[in-house]
Amino acid sequence: MNSVSLLAWAILIGQVIFGVALLLASYRLFRGPRAQDRILSLDTLYVTTMLLLVTFGIRTGTTLYYEAALVIGLLGFASTVALAKFLMRGEVIE
Amino acid sequence: MMQAPDLPLWAAIITGLTVIVGALFTLIGTLGLFRLGNFFERIHAPTLGTTFGIGFILVGSVVALSVLQNRPIVHEILLLLFVTVTTPVTLMSLGRAALFRKNRGK
Repeated sequence: MNSVSLLAWAILIGQVIFGVALLLASYRLFRGPRAQDRILSLDTLYVTTMLLLVTFGIRTGTTLYYEAALVIGLLGFASTVALAKFLMRGEVIE
Repeated sequence: MMQAPDLPLWAAIITGLTVIVGALFTLIGTLGLFRLGNFFERIHAPTLGTTFGIGFILVGSVVALSVLQNRPIVHEILLLLFVTVTTPVTLMSLGRAALFRKNRGK
């Protein structure tokens, strides 16, 4: 087994593990008992997708996917903070 | 489909191991999100992915890209720094919102 196929198999196994993690997080997204569980699983989905994009970047050997991962990290932070703020403030107004 | 960069063997071994270990840490964190009982236990679990998972994956990415392009590439440090700074902020805000919603019913 040469180094190219070793690295290809390792990255493939890592991506399958990330896929299973995304499935588990999306179960909590659909079945979460309350809204904060859904927001937490959405944040987990953001982080896991960011790591998955970094593994795609390792596979292709370019830095193109890194910028997409950075954008996902920024938007995930902003959206989770906005949803948490909405959770507190919406309850106060009602 | 099965493409990968042509690295020397030691770099391929380091990159493969860090990718698999980081993915396993993320899977363990997500498994905690899947299985634990209430929200305040569940909020601890995915931080395993945002600390150890992202650390291992980014070490693998730094090694692979640096060896591939024959110069040190460390811009993944920026991603690690950003996620490390922002995750406690979001989870503290979410935890306070959840605590507020829990106490409101009483």
